[in-house]
Amino acid sequence: MGNQITFTVDGKIINAAEGEMLLWTALDNDIYIPHLCGERNEKERPASCRLCFVEVDGRPAPMPACTLPVSEGLVVKTRSERVDALVAAGFELLMSNHRLDCKNCPANGNCELQRIAKARKLRLKPKNLPVLDKGLPVDDSAPGILYDPNKCVLCGRCIRACRHSGNGVLGFTRRGFERIVATFGDLPLGDSGCQGCGDCAEACPIGALAKKA
Amino acid sequence: MASNNQAAAVYATLKEEAEQNRGKLFEKPLILIGAATCGRAAGALKLVEEINNELSRLQLEANVVEVGCMGHCYAEPIMVIYNEGFPPIAYGNVNEGVGARIVRDYLTDGDPGYEFALVALEPNDFFPTYSDFPRGIHENKIVLDQCGFIDPQNIEHYIATGGYSALVKVLEADPGEIIKTVKASGLRGRGGAGFPTGLKWETCSNAGGTPKYLICNADEGDPGAFMDRTILESTPHSLLEGMIIAGRAVGSEKGYIYIRAEYPLAVERVNQAVQQAHEKGLLGENILGTGFSFNIEIFQGSGAFVCGEETALIASMEGRAGIPTHKPPFPADAGLWGKPTVINNVKSFSYVPHIINNGADWFKSIGTEKNPGTAIFALAGKIENTGLVEVPMSTTLNELIFEVGSGIAGGKQFKAVQIGGPSGGCLPESALETPIDFDSLTEAGAMMGSGGMVVLDEDDCMVEIARYFLDFTQKESCGKCTFCRLGTKHMLDILERITKGHGKPEDIELLMEMAARVKEGSLCNLGKTAPNPVLSTIKHFRDEYEAHINEGRCPSLMCKDLIAYYILPDKCERSCDACLGSCPVEAIFSNEDRIKVIDQEKCVKCDSCKVACPPQYEAIVKLSPPSEVAAREQGEGVK
Repeated sequence: MGNQITFTVDGKIINAAEGEMLLWTALDNDIYIPHLCGERNEKERPASCRLCFVEVDGRPAPMPACTLPVSEGLVVKTRSERVDALVAAGFELLMSNHRLDCKNCPANGNCELQRIAKARKLRLKPKNLPVLDKGLPVDDSAPGILYDPNKCVLCGRCIRACRHSGNGVLGFTRRGFERIVATFGDLPLGDSGCQGCGDCAEACPIGALAKKA
Repeated sequence: MASNNQAAAVYATLKEEAEQNRGKLFEKPLILIGAATCGRAAGALKLVEEINNELSRLQLEANVVEVGCMGHCYAEPIMVIYNEGFPPIAYGNVNEGVGARIVRDYLTDGDPGYEFALVALEPNDFFPTYSDFPRGIHENKIVLDQCGFIDPQNIEHYIATGGYSALVKVLEADPGEIIKTVKASGLRGRGGAGFPTGLKWETCSNAGGTPKYLICNADEGDPGAFMDRTILESTPHSLLEGMIIAGRAVGSEKGYIYIRAEYPLAVERVNQAVQQAHEKGLLGENILGTGFSFNIEIFQGSGAFVCGEETALIASMEGRAGIPTHKPPFPADAGLWGKPTVINNVKSFSYVPHIINNGADWFKSIGTEKNPGTAIFALAGKIENTGLVEVPMSTTLNELIFEVGSGIAGGKQFKAVQIGGPSGGCLPESALETPIDFDSLTEAGAMMGSGGMVVLDEDDCMVEIARYFLDFTQKESCGKCTFCRLGTKHMLDILERITKGHGKPEDIELLMEMAARVKEGSLCNLGKTAPNPVLSTIKHFRDEYEAHINEGRCPSLMCKDLIAYYILPDKCERSCDACLGSCPVEAIFSNEDRIKVIDQEKCVKCDSCKVACPPQYEAIVKLSPPSEVAAREQGEGVK
């Protein structure tokens, strides 16, 4: 890591190693920025959930904090009218494609979506948009793991977890609105070579992959 | 320096040979036939066969050469004949019969068949040349100059007309000087964004890390665009020369041409060109003995529009899914295999030899200060003369559509022009005086894009056009990021319900709000620009949206769910039953007055009856909203 530098987030002075991504330095300092896809220790930074937008002095438009290296003198605001509008819109889009069933969901109470909604005072149920349910079957074929693709927000954490400690059976497939996390050849998890380690369920921030009760 | 003099000497020999060999073609009458994809679609290969048959039948001596596209696609197949005593003449719409007849009359009786001629290629006393037409006055061909006049399958044609001389020049020059010249020329990337090419090269040149790579992005995918395909098929060596020069400039020894696999002829021609350049020592190891090596490989894209986005393109070349990644890092710093990589469009590279040969000042003298050079556009849609044109930047849309393209086809009324493909926008009549350049078009709410231009007339519904383009981007979205994956899907759903007559008054605001967020929030330029067709049509044609939503009416009579077919009783010729016979679902019947009536319940709105109704009657009309039919029937007493 580079030199220690100083910058401000929401008026708070922060010291961190130069080049570290803003998102993690902010979280280290108890400043919450909504995020789903980013993982601190991963080399790959998907920047795909589009929720960690912040306003940076001197930059014309909000930018994602997960791909913004910190530098000396940086001045960041995690909230502004534009940021809030953008995060609200992105969150509503995600929620329009998330099968909402909190009271029966294993992630209830420990769900990133609930956390974001609470932190940013957003509704879980989309206000302006119709719900686009994927209508896919729930996969309960693997011992110990339950996969509901209709809840999935495509953050990709399970895929990376499976590559690290599982058999690497998960991946993204198809494109556009059809994009989902699936196994090779769309096999049920139970037939895919999944060893049932459950790390995907650990990694899933929203309960699409969960350990069987 | 000895080796450089040697390079010039080797090239001089190559050129002399090439000139001699090409010169031999003119010893007999020379017949050129435009056989690029556009020509072939119109029957060029049959024409070649027929002409060869006719020549052997009449035992006439002539050379027949398949060339690329001259840009006059509306007149394909095109044939050019060079015959002593006459200026070279281009003929248009040459079917096999006409072609055989021209050859017969011209080569045996000396009758050039002016009635079939399009234009003469040299000034003369018999027939007009390009400069006698508005198109010829506006056009200024640089990249397209040789397209359709040289044999793309024979490197000697390119060399004989001065090809690869720019390469020889830069082999002597300091690489920094090449970058300086390209920077000074002000060349902006012709892929769409208009980023200064010289600056990109400089960044890559200064970036740490070796080897460095060069990629030509020929993944042309905009609906209605065919600029790059034509260049690849008609003058592939100008691209190769531009790439070798760029390689020398940035210190790269390896270039890739990423061509979409849907362009098989372009792939074939470029492969052939690469091989021939190797054989002549102009490509490969130790080019012309100077010690500089550069190799080019062709990579075929497999049909994803998003792979035209540079980070997705690189991912697909590395064997990963073609999905964009966050920038920075930009490819010039960390591109293919993490190495510094220059990615330029076909046209950008193709300008380079001309800039080296004629100098930066020459290039800057064309177009405007901030947008030097020419713009290459594929004219498509409801325009009289479709084709490929090259005009100086700052030519207005009006000049391009109405003078170069001869206006709207079929005497219809101009409505809008869609520029920049699915990322671009629709501009109305009031914007026709907009000069064509990167900045003015963006300001007007469209964008330059890579050069697709679709002209729309009074029969085109702007809501449907927006829906069409959004359907395209939504299907081509990779699905990685939230805004593009879901935002475009919701927007498409809203547009679909509007075109079906189920729009709600708040839909327009909702569309605009979503569009703004998708533009701001998307990861790559596909998502960032996808809402443009929606925003520009709402901005300029809001009344059409409102007619759909508030009245269930499609003003252009295009949206099927909002129209109905109606037979005008006072125009229907009772003894004729053309419409009745044409209807595939037996929805038309003859009433007791023997006037034809459409059963609206059965009608599938296929348009067959309207086409079948003889033009002297024109008895069938489209009405919108469909409830108009009942009102008319009642008023006109139809039973």
